[in-house]
Amino acid sequence: MSDSILPLAARNLRYEVNGTVLIDDLSISVVPGSFTVVLGPNGAGKSLLLRLLHGLIVPTSGKIDWSVGAELRGRTLRQRQAMVFQRPVLLRRSVEANVRYALKWQGAGPGELKEAAESALHRAGLADRRRVPARLLSVGEQQRLVVARALAGKPDVLFLDEPTASLDPASVQQIESLLIEANAAGTAIVLVTHDIGQARRLGHEIAFVHRGRLVESGGAESFFSDPQSDAARAYLKGEIVV
Amino acid sequence: MFRRWLHLVGLGLLVSCSAATAADRGFIIVQSTTSTQNSGLFDAILPKFREKTGIEVRVVAVGTGQALKNGRNGDGDVLLVHARAAEDRFVADGFGIERQDVMYNDFVIIGPPDDPAGITGGRDAPAALAGIAGAEAPFVSRGDNSGTHIKERALWRAAGIDPSGSSGAWYREAGSGMGATLNTAVGMGAYTLTDRATWIGFGNRRDFKVLVEGDKRLFNPYGVILVNPTRHPHVNAVGGRAFISWLTGSEGQAAIAAYTVSDIQLFYPSSK
Amino acid sequence: MGDIQAAFSLAANLILSGDADLFEIVGLSLSVSVTAVAIACAIGMTLGAVVAVTRFPGRGAIIVLLNALMGLPPVVVGLAVYLMLSRAGPLGVLGLLYTPTAMIIAQTILVTPVVAALTRQVVEDLHREYDEALKSLGVRGLGLVRTLLWDARYSLITVALAGFGRAVAEVGAVIIVGGNIDHLTRMMTTAIALETSKGNLALALGLGIVLVGISLVVNGAVSGLGGVAGRSRNV
Ligand SMILES: Nc1ncnc2c1ncn2[C@@H]1O[C@H](COP(=O)(O)OP(=O)(O)OP(=O)(O)O)[C@@H](O)[C@H]1O
Ligand SMILES: [Mg+2]
Repeated sequence: MSDSILPLAARNLRYEVNGTVLIDDLSISVVPGSFTVVLGPNGAGKSLLLRLLHGLIVPTSGKIDWSVGAELRGRTLRQRQAMVFQRPVLLRRSVEANVRYALKWQGAGPGELKEAAESALHRAGLADRRRVPARLLSVGEQQRLVVARALAGKPDVLFLDEPTASLDPASVQQIESLLIEANAAGTAIVLVTHDIGQARRLGHEIAFVHRGRLVESGGAESFFSDPQSDAARAYLKGEIVV
Repeated sequence: MFRRWLHLVGLGLLVSCSAATAADRGFIIVQSTTSTQNSGLFDAILPKFREKTGIEVRVVAVGTGQALKNGRNGDGDVLLVHARAAEDRFVADGFGIERQDVMYNDFVIIGPPDDPAGITGGRDAPAALAGIAGAEAPFVSRGDNSGTHIKERALWRAAGIDPSGSSGAWYREAGSGMGATLNTAVGMGAYTLTDRATWIGFGNRRDFKVLVEGDKRLFNPYGVILVNPTRHPHVNAVGGRAFISWLTGSEGQAAIAAYTVSDIQLFYPSSK
Repeated sequence: MGDIQAAFSLAANLILSGDADLFEIVGLSLSVSVTAVAIACAIGMTLGAVVAVTRFPGRGAIIVLLNALMGLPPVVVGLAVYLMLSRAGPLGVLGLLYTPTAMIIAQTILVTPVVAALTRQVVEDLHREYDEALKSLGVRGLGLVRTLLWDARYSLITVALAGFGRAVAEVGAVIIVGGNIDHLTRMMTTAIALETSKGNLALALGLGIVLVGISLVVNGAVSGLGGVAGRSRNV
């Protein structure tokens, strides 16, 4: 793991829009091979946090540091991380072309491209749909494709924003196994979800965000058995958190 | 067809195109009037010239005023127009040389069959115009500084009337070629001045008739001019002179005389 | 009414008899307009896509300008091109006036703003949808433009057809720079103008019917090739 871009250390992140503070003094780190689940009520700032960490938006203040001196194996920082969005974004191309496109931009050489695309499609169970226009897939299949596409380049870290919202239990399970498999192979995962059951099943660490702040973080077991903050306790009980 | 494709790819080969337009090129551009084009004269006589000399004649038909303007810019090798005073000025200013008479016909005033101004059968064109003005009957003018328009203005001056004050009322300026102006006149039941050739060849006459003709002031002579090759060195003077001498020579004059529409001769040779 | 009936039967006759002159002017109309649209697409789609994905001072003004230029009057374009190509003009030495090339230049100028403005809108809408996903992949610059143009291809076919429609139906510019010379620069629209001025209204309308037919065939063929298949893909 010495050549990973992880650990990622974000310190004192602050993100403001027109004077409104949306992320406030938030520090978090992601270590190689970890599986972090981000929890928190709607509007807490979870999606913003993922965007900040992934570098899609720039913090108003604070620092985001990737592992210094990481051996990048000829790939850029951006090529070694990936993100799955709340709404699946698929190119107007075939299933296979979607995977190949992502692989190319993630720095896969022509030699590895074919094989990597092949195995990604197989793992997602979409090998027989490869020629189908991606946008004709069902929502569940689309989400599987998006996750498989993000994982195809074997990123060091994958950010996911509610990838299984509105999926049926079987599809949820398929995506979860993709994540577990990738995590076992060395990809660190940062997953935002509202599904507490999923958080229990998958999370090694939990980060609880409330009103733009990281209210609580730590091992999953202790978080679920003994949450420290009022907000987390109320959230876990299914109460309305204000 | 082949040459056309050459031109199409010519966008990328602008330079080769310019080489192809040296003065000895195998075609000439004739700036002429809509009246000669619309009458069908060119379609009848040009193939004979081509057959004899191998020179292709490309006719651009605009009003005489525009033809003279294009000629000043050098966009043409030969002019075939009908506005004597303007032609002489063109030559005097050094833009053209070797002006010669080619042919003539005459202008006529046409109008609706009910003839609200009562000018039918008249032989005095200015008097007929005065009648139209007096009755405030609609009259469509070319309004485009063409040879026909220049003639029309001269006739109004002879009648001692300035119709421009009534522009938009009974005096309507079409600002168009001869054919479009005839369509307008027929469409709005108005009088207009036209050359006889265009009128005879015109397909949309409905029940309109020639009402006034035979005034010697309605004489319509056409002249041919070579664009001055000293002024515009790219002019195809060889081809242009060949065309002019054919047109004013016995063969061209005979071809002009032989052109008829519905057995009516449209142009009369006038080369001396 | 007689003229209108006569127009339809004339149109049918012209086509069925394989009238050589008709096929010549149809061929010229198509080759000039298709060439102009192809050039306009190469320039306009690139320009439109670049404006769509970049932010720079004066961008708003450029968009307003592009949209306004969609309404460029053909006569004005014809006149401007005439002044450029005239022997007395700066490009006079090229001897392009009164050639099909001059007509291609004029139509390209007319069509490019249409293609650029519509492409800008189409690509900008698509970019809004793709923005974060493509940023996440590190797609930038020329790659971004190429991706968006390719993924917008079904809408862009419609854009190209809009450009073709403007080109093939236009008369004001080509009659000035082409001169409507028989067997050289006479196209469908200039032939219609000529027959109208000869008072041959039925023939003029008949040619108009043929022109509409050509437009239908071109549009039908293009949607058959890509558009219809694309629609279902474009969900
Ligand atoms: N560009 C922006 N301008 C202004 N406010 C914004 C902007 N982006 C996000 N916000 C606000 O920031 C807050 C946090 O948004 P975010 O999308 O991160 O919430 P979230 O925790 O992901 O919620 P959910 O669970 O509903 O997805 C919200 O109140 C949102 O309205
Ligand atoms: Mg969110």
